Amino acid sequence: MSSFSGLARATDPIDQNKATAMENVKIAAEKVQVFYGETHAIKDVSIDIRARTVTAFIGPSGCGKSTFLRCLNRMNDTIDICRVEGRIAIDNEDIYDPKVDPVQLRAKVGMVFQKPNPFPKSIYDNIAYGPRIHGLVRRKSELDDIVASSLQKAGLWEEVKDRLDSPGTGLSGGQQQRLCIARAIAVSPEVILMDEPCSALDPIATAKVEELIDELRENYTIVIVTHSMQQAARVSQRTAFFHLGNLVEVGDTQDIFTNPVDKRTQDYITGRFG
Amino acid sequence: MALSLLLLCLLALSALAYVLARGKAFKSAGGDIRLLHSLPGYYGWNGALTVALPSLVVLVLWLGIQPAVIDNSVASMISDHAAGESNVGLVMSDVRRIADGLDLAVESGAMTEDYAGSIHADLTDVRGRLGSLGVALGSEVTQEKMRAAQAYRSMTATGNWMRTGVVLLLAFVGLAISYRRADKDFRARNFVEQVVKGILISAALIAILTTVGIVFSLIFNTVEFFKLYPATDFFFGTTWTPSFGGGSDLGILPLMWATLYISFIALAVAVPVGLFAAIYLSEYAGSTVRSVAKPLLEVLAGIPTIVYGLFALLTVGPLLVEAFGEGGILGLGWMKGGTAVMTAGLVMGIMLIPFVSSLSDDIINAVPQAMRDGSLGLGATHSETVKQVILPAALPGIVGAILLAASRAIGETMIVVLGAGAAARLSLNPFDAMTTVTAKIVSQLTGDADFASPEALVAFALGMTLFVITLGLNIFALYIVRKYREQYD
Amino acid sequence: MTDTSLAPASSTPGSRSRSLLELDPHTKKRNAAEARFRVYGIVAIGIGLFFLVALLYSILSNGLTAFYQTSVTLEVPLVQTEIDAAEKSVVKTSKYRDMIAAVLVQKMEQAGVATSMKSKELLQILSAGAPGTLRDHVLSHPEQIGTTATFDFLASSRVDGYLKGRVTRAALAEDKNLSAAHLDIIDQLVEKGIVEKGFNWNFIFGSDASDSRPEQAGIGVSMIGSLFMMLVVLVLSLPIGVAASIYLEEFAPKNRWTDLIEVNISNLAAVPSIVFGILGLSAFIQFAHLPQSAPLVGGLVLTLMTLPTIIISTRASLKSVPPSIRDAALGIGASKMQSVFHHVLPLAMPGILTGTIIGLAQALGETAPLLLIGMVGFIASEFPDGVFDGFLAPNSAMPAQIYEWAKRADPAFYERAWGGIIILLVFLMIMNIVAIILRRRFERRW
Repeated sequence: MSSFSGLARATDPIDQNKATAMENVKIAAEKVQVFYGETHAIKDVSIDIRARTVTAFIGPSGCGKSTFLRCLNRMNDTIDICRVEGRIAIDNEDIYDPKVDPVQLRAKVGMVFQKPNPFPKSIYDNIAYGPRIHGLVRRKSELDDIVASSLQKAGLWEEVKDRLDSPGTGLSGGQQQRLCIARAIAVSPEVILMDEPCSALDPIATAKVEELIDELRENYTIVIVTHSMQQAARVSQRTAFFHLGNLVEVGDTQDIFTNPVDKRTQDYITGRFG
Repeated sequence: MALSLLLLCLLALSALAYVLARGKAFKSAGGDIRLLHSLPGYYGWNGALTVALPSLVVLVLWLGIQPAVIDNSVASMISDHAAGESNVGLVMSDVRRIADGLDLAVESGAMTEDYAGSIHADLTDVRGRLGSLGVALGSEVTQEKMRAAQAYRSMTATGNWMRTGVVLLLAFVGLAISYRRADKDFRARNFVEQVVKGILISAALIAILTTVGIVFSLIFNTVEFFKLYPATDFFFGTTWTPSFGGGSDLGILPLMWATLYISFIALAVAVPVGLFAAIYLSEYAGSTVRSVAKPLLEVLAGIPTIVYGLFALLTVGPLLVEAFGEGGILGLGWMKGGTAVMTAGLVMGIMLIPFVSSLSDDIINAVPQAMRDGSLGLGATHSETVKQVILPAALPGIVGAILLAASRAIGETMIVVLGAGAAARLSLNPFDAMTTVTAKIVSQLTGDADFASPEALVAFALGMTLFVITLGLNIFALYIVRKYREQYD
Repeated sequence: MTDTSLAPASSTPGSRSRSLLELDPHTKKRNAAEARFRVYGIVAIGIGLFFLVALLYSILSNGLTAFYQTSVTLEVPLVQTEIDAAEKSVVKTSKYRDMIAAVLVQKMEQAGVATSMKSKELLQILSAGAPGTLRDHVLSHPEQIGTTATFDFLASSRVDGYLKGRVTRAALAEDKNLSAAHLDIIDQLVEKGIVEKGFNWNFIFGSDASDSRPEQAGIGVSMIGSLFMMLVVLVLSLPIGVAASIYLEEFAPKNRWTDLIEVNISNLAAVPSIVFGILGLSAFIQFAHLPQSAPLVGGLVLTLMTLPTIIISTRASLKSVPPSIRDAALGIGASKMQSVFHHVLPLAMPGILTGTIIGLAQALGETAPLLLIGMVGFIASEFPDGVFDGFLAPNSAMPAQIYEWAKRADPAFYERAWGGIIILLVFLMIMNIVAIILRRRFERRW
């Protein structure tokens, strides 16, 4: 257990014991099954995701990597026919426990989507939205600070500091995506999930976002779903390969790409399918 | 030749042209269909259309123009003296009726054609003779009217003969042309398709014509009205007391006030209910609830307004009186009769609920899912997402929907005719009976007033005002909604 | 690996890290707001559905009684001399009335119902139209003269209302036609089976009656009026609407003109119906001198009103045919016109028909324009003779007839109005169901 969990539980001896036992695991998934109506979309996936690491999920389209990602902050709850079984724990707390409020969970586990989706509001309001709804600030000056620091962390500050009042939808695609990342950071999550964050961006914007991901790794646990194996190799330290709803292989990125264990992983990274 | 017979002739000629042209084209290709430019049927249609179209167009024009021309020239025969006692229009309708009577008399064999043409009103009791045939004539038949009627008849007869001649001539010319053109190299398909396209265009133009018709019928009579009644008194007058004897006060303000008051109450009912229903249906409801509740709500939209009118008059009105009337349950004594602004507004609100909800539903659904995901992904609750992301994003569309609903409310007729009352009044009490623009259009035009009095003509000015207001609202609302749609397309 | 870095990350202000399993107070508040919001939605839908139920309840509870009518069964001997005398008198029905009165008195004596009332007073329990019914029967069945014929004479509307619970004894104190004594007689006659309620075919198929005889009023004639109007609407609006849609959707170039037409159509769809009434009045009646109150004129006005609806729905169904179908036809050398008429139009037909039926249903219930072209304010009592008359002779239409009844003074007509609404709604329901079936049965998803 990392010290993300703060002082509240640092005094808890049991927790500390567990934390040392689990080393550095932020998210632990055990035997997760996901069903869309009759379709069995995720089969028996168990994976540990380490804190302050970039973990990449790769695999051919439709393999379930995005679905699994959306389980991690219970975004699948918004889909009526979706059903999740198994256990997913963050900091050793089952996030599907009935006592858990998905709203609180999502404040802790932020998400960035495939297509940049800024709200049709000003840049400032886009960032301020999260802190406002979660009641994180008491004064306007605090909010200003959060907005500024989030934009700085997302590397967007210099580009937009003079036009915080202009609409977020007026930015370029890459800027919009970084705005969405800044928006996610503003609620100070511990985990950031990214669902193919660069698939709608051009190469230059992609490079900027990747650079940003690398910087964010210092403070956040990042899980990124990507189509591009190069991107996985560039930004991640750990890689998980999904195929047809199964987690085929997970390991250090270098190992996966140079020395895959499973035949399917090898076929995929050498371009036989996908 | 009678009109129906003429039409039959045209039909027969067209059929003939079809057969002839098709046959000739076929023969020119030596019976080999592959050598024809177009399928044989197209040559046939080419023939039929060449015969029928020009002659039909001329026929229709003729039917429209001939009565006007004849009316004009007959009207010029009537001296000012005769017209002086009433107006030319009335004399002309007498003349037409005499002429019709003579036609009938000739047809039934009571008069010979010659006799009808030379009959002298001063010497014969024309009125009595026509009366015995079932043609009732209002005023005495003077010799002048008789002469005019006879002229009318003879001109009509000549006109009809010329009409038959011209139309048939055109048909035969068409037949000849199409027959000559029917050759294997003639591009019959292209020609037929051009004609069909022309027909399609004219169908589309009917929409424009309707608007032009509305505008003209309103403007023409409104101008007549303003000649008789000053426009400033109409637009700024605060009393509405029409009396068909003359000396009416025809100020639109009390009517406008009631119209807006009722519309306001209707929207106050329909907008919150409709909007929340739409939000619940599109954001929260499961598919079963949605599939049941949505069509049920839409039933309210399919019910004719006369039903709502009756509901207001006979159910809601009495209920409201029981609650708010004198000696009512609440003991307030605010309401004197069942018909009131509140009655009409409430019922109109019910009518508008599905209108607001289905429009808003469409608009809320048009907000991209990515917006919801973005907000939910930040840990917003569903209601926060709706209130702070979806509604602001959908706001222009929803405003458009509300404006459309307002335009509906302002133009609604049956509910206010039956539910709002008949007295024009400028009052703040929503339980008072008042009357609206639409209700007065109905009452001023269903009376037996002739179209010359300001009391009847005022309806057109009211209609014009109504049309301008609703048109403005509609154009503005449709513009907003369209812009909104484009934003997310 | 940076995994080893354990520096605290929560440096941003306001960050709280606590167990997910505990709900913090702020979240509790937010969840309460969420629940409230959801309740608002449910309440809104509840209100909407409540109004629907209230509306249907008041229609059915007030209207269903119109389908039953009280009648008095009497056997009237048809005597040649009496009939001859009646036909010679000036007011012909008065003698017939006497005949009926005699029979009624006799019948009551037989049944043992005693009364001190004079026969004329007694006759108030029968419809004022009863003598007319008798006379019509005699004139159309002269062969029955000399026999005794059985009649079900309509009871007067007050009696009918009493048996239906609409008229109370207390209310009769003010009434000059009927007294509580009449009601005592009625109660006894009901017991003897002389006065009975039966299904009111006359209401569905009969004609309207004058102000004083609500018990005779029926909606049949105005139904015919509506039918002729709908024929006009169908025959004109379907072809014109489809032609206009085809042009706008398939052929029209994108320019100012077609933009104007489009804006025009969507605006026409939202113009208040009363304005179409004004148009009808001045264009068709004032200008073109078409006859007032004629179903033809009503049909023309409703056509203009329905056209935008039909055009909008037809264009939607043309649009839903995928472009690949057009390309396929054009690709094998069909002309644009052929591709439209051979492929696109047949595929769009179910949608077009659905839209047309819904447009017709709207037109069927429309009232306001009909008021202006004079389809109210008279008693539509005669069926048109022949098709020509059906289009041109003055007639009412169902919604106009309902309005007419709602405006009359006698509350007995309200029951008729509600009953008329039931019939109107049945027609609308059938049309909508047909449209839904068409849609379900033929709808294609591409």
